[in-house]
Amino acid sequence: MELTNSYPAYNYLNEPKGLKSWLLTVDHKRIGVLYLICISIFFLLGGIFALLIRTELLHPGADMMTADTYNQMFTLHGAIMIFLFIIPSIPAALGNFILPLMIGAKDVAFPRLNLASWYVFVGGALFALYSILTSAVDTGWTFYTPYSTDSTTSVISMTFGVFILGFSSIFTGLNFIVTVHKLRVPGLTWFKLPLMVWALYATAIIQVLATPVLAITLLLLILEKAFGIGIFDPKMGGDPVLYQHFFWFYSHPAVYIMILPGMGIISELISVFSRRKIFGYTTIAFSSLAIALVSFLVWGHHMFTSGQSELSTMIFSFLTFFVAIPSAVKVFNWTTTLYKGSIILTTPMLYAFSFLILFTIGGLTGIFLGALTVDVHLHDTYFVVAHFHYVMVGGTVMAFLGGLHFWWPKMFGVMYNKLWSKIAVILIFIGFNMTFMSQFIMGSQGMPRRYFTYMDQFQPLHGFSSVGAYIMGLGLFITMFYLLASFKSRRPAGANPWGALTLDWQTTSPPHPHNFESTPKITHGPYDFDQIAIEDLPEDPENGVYVKEEKEKIKA
Amino acid sequence: MDTTGTFLLPPSASTMAGETDALFYFLYYLSIFFFILITGGVVVFAIKFRRKKGDISTTKGPSHNTVLETAWIVVPLILVMIIFVWGFKGFMKQSVVPKDAMEIKVTAQKWFWSFSYPDGTSTANELVVPAGKPIKLLMSSQDVIHSFFVPSFRLKRDVLPNRYTVTWFEALRPGDNILFCAEYCGTKHSEMLGKIKVVSDREFKEWLDTNANAGADMNPADYGAKLYTSRGCVTCHSVDGSTGNGPSFLGVFGHEVALKGGTTIVADENYIRESILNPQSKVVAGFQPIMPTYQGLLKDRDVDALVAYIKSLGEK
Repeated sequence: MELTNSYPAYNYLNEPKGLKSWLLTVDHKRIGVLYLICISIFFLLGGIFALLIRTELLHPGADMMTADTYNQMFTLHGAIMIFLFIIPSIPAALGNFILPLMIGAKDVAFPRLNLASWYVFVGGALFALYSILTSAVDTGWTFYTPYSTDSTTSVISMTFGVFILGFSSIFTGLNFIVTVHKLRVPGLTWFKLPLMVWALYATAIIQVLATPVLAITLLLLILEKAFGIGIFDPKMGGDPVLYQHFFWFYSHPAVYIMILPGMGIISELISVFSRRKIFGYTTIAFSSLAIALVSFLVWGHHMFTSGQSELSTMIFSFLTFFVAIPSAVKVFNWTTTLYKGSIILTTPMLYAFSFLILFTIGGLTGIFLGALTVDVHLHDTYFVVAHFHYVMVGGTVMAFLGGLHFWWPKMFGVMYNKLWSKIAVILIFIGFNMTFMSQFIMGSQGMPRRYFTYMDQFQPLHGFSSVGAYIMGLGLFITMFYLLASFKSRRPAGANPWGALTLDWQTTSPPHPHNFESTPKITHGPYDFDQIAIEDLPEDPENGVYVKEEKEKIKA
Repeated sequence: MDTTGTFLLPPSASTMAGETDALFYFLYYLSIFFFILITGGVVVFAIKFRRKKGDISTTKGPSHNTVLETAWIVVPLILVMIIFVWGFKGFMKQSVVPKDAMEIKVTAQKWFWSFSYPDGTSTANELVVPAGKPIKLLMSSQDVIHSFFVPSFRLKRDVLPNRYTVTWFEALRPGDNILFCAEYCGTKHSEMLGKIKVVSDREFKEWLDTNANAGADMNPADYGAKLYTSRGCVTCHSVDGSTGNGPSFLGVFGHEVALKGGTTIVADENYIRESILNPQSKVVAGFQPIMPTYQGLLKDRDVDALVAYIKSLGEK
């Protein structure tokens, strides 16, 4: 296929023009970009809260805020990062942009519903922000009862915001399921789908099935707080442990809403940058579905010490171990894909390596928490904090950043600075490990989480952790700057700078408003690097075609 | 026996700790093995199979291998089942309380712990127990969920407001152990600390005897001052006039106090007694009705002593 490598004059970013055309767009690519702008702002906000928390924890006692402010800070950090950043990050921002392109479709199945989901997201976010401006919640992002029933902070507006956000998530999930079923280009059978599509599909199933339970739970909480209807608060005859069951019935599958799409991205990156057919395509695809299924059956492992019955505790521990298997299978498959590959260490690939290493640590420490006696000791300590940050940041955020760097040239048609992007990924990797490796040790030593002040013996590790957070923060700020700078430098990336085989790369960068000028044809599988050699693969993909063409110009 | 703790774990001071630690270290070494396997694979392959400049040839690695893929489903499955049974067996031991255990009632409230012994003795923030004897804890909360966490015992159990939760332990040897609240409970969550003081059997009996007659040889106001700290009043009420979660005790006695709802009352002996035993009935204006009741937690003599202490602070 002949595609222009220069920046196309006619593309989705500039046609049609004007703010109104953006706010009323039904183009999945533009909606993806709108989501990307929103979640980037929330990532920044949640990150600032994280840095404030780590600064307060440099020393025991009050350094810069009161205990009540600290409690609000960690609640907002958690709530913003989870509901406003991680959950929508890959599916709604990157997924919206890439899914139709990957299956050769013109758009998602319900473009208007797609736009509605963005507006619902903004509406929910406004409620959440309103609650920050009035009196920020101090309950922890889990809103445990009866603490949240008693709390005088604005729990109602925050939970109502999260309630609304849920609908946005459901709309996106529903749209993706129908899109994958109905809009695949002729010839693109299920087992020729890129693994990113499988991952988004599995995620969408969880979004549609689990999110309503969260909505019901939060609504019940609001009813209890606003009208005194006793459901969870023992003072009104309710049961606080019931709330935990309801909450985790959603929030455990939600962990997989967060990690599954990340796993999809990693499958793409590993295959493309080792120029190697992915190892065990079928196992990876089915392991996504297995994770989606088992994720519904393990919520009770958040409650081993809560006073639920010993029998439930035993059953949930047993089932929890099954969710470890499909994740392990994926990690083994990705690592084996590297074997006999032809590996290119681009920035997205460095993020994929970071993911492999950090997610492995996150997964292995999860086994500690599934084992009953060990969990009794580690539950609600910094060990748990470190574990889920290794999965959520070491896993999902690394995959998100990898995906963002991978598709950035496709989304905006420009390439970012190669040197700075590599400096940033190294800083983020080192900073992250400093921040959270120290927290594993604190946790197993017995340091409980959500502590404003702590015993002197933990100071060296807390200090080390905070310094790590600053390094990671620096890496992320650098990322923000060079990505924004790429718009100014306007170095055209070319249609397919990475030499990838999936359909999203068979169109111009940025793509045509209707994605493809003509319906793409399926001539090979998504990872057939064993059959197809890309003739015009640039020597140095991150310098794009720009260097090559410039060189030729200079020669001429 | 591990009395100082290691790099990863605190000292182990209960009969339960050994088993938990054994599984912890099994998981630790297993994790290190798999971590080296994966990271090693990534690093070695990344170096060995690095793309050579200008190489655009196709790659020929295998696209799947049924034996290998089955192996890495089955082997981890066997391993996690071993881990499950191991953890489960220890958990069952933790769940079945020995019949001869001494029962102590634990009450958690924002933000302190209180303990009542079978003979009626009660303490706050300090649990004194004999070494080598099983202790059953019958726990409940006065307000939100708390969690009873003793790292050196490898023991944690949530404390709920609407039901009793039960756990037990047997301390290995005399010494002090820190008690944390592990379930987030608000402003002073991180200061809701207690001490588990393990003593010999003989010392424990002596301690119970002295405690039964506590304060007998002191004047009431001095004993009240002691109770003020040991029973947790200090958490919310200052004696220097500064405002905490509750009003200061300084200069209160015998003075008029503005109540919520606009009425006033003179803070006499009866008002103070009522505020200790039924704190929600007359709340001072400008404060939240968050104080828990001390009904059943303080003896009459203790209440008298606290009244005397507040009186001593109030006289000008």
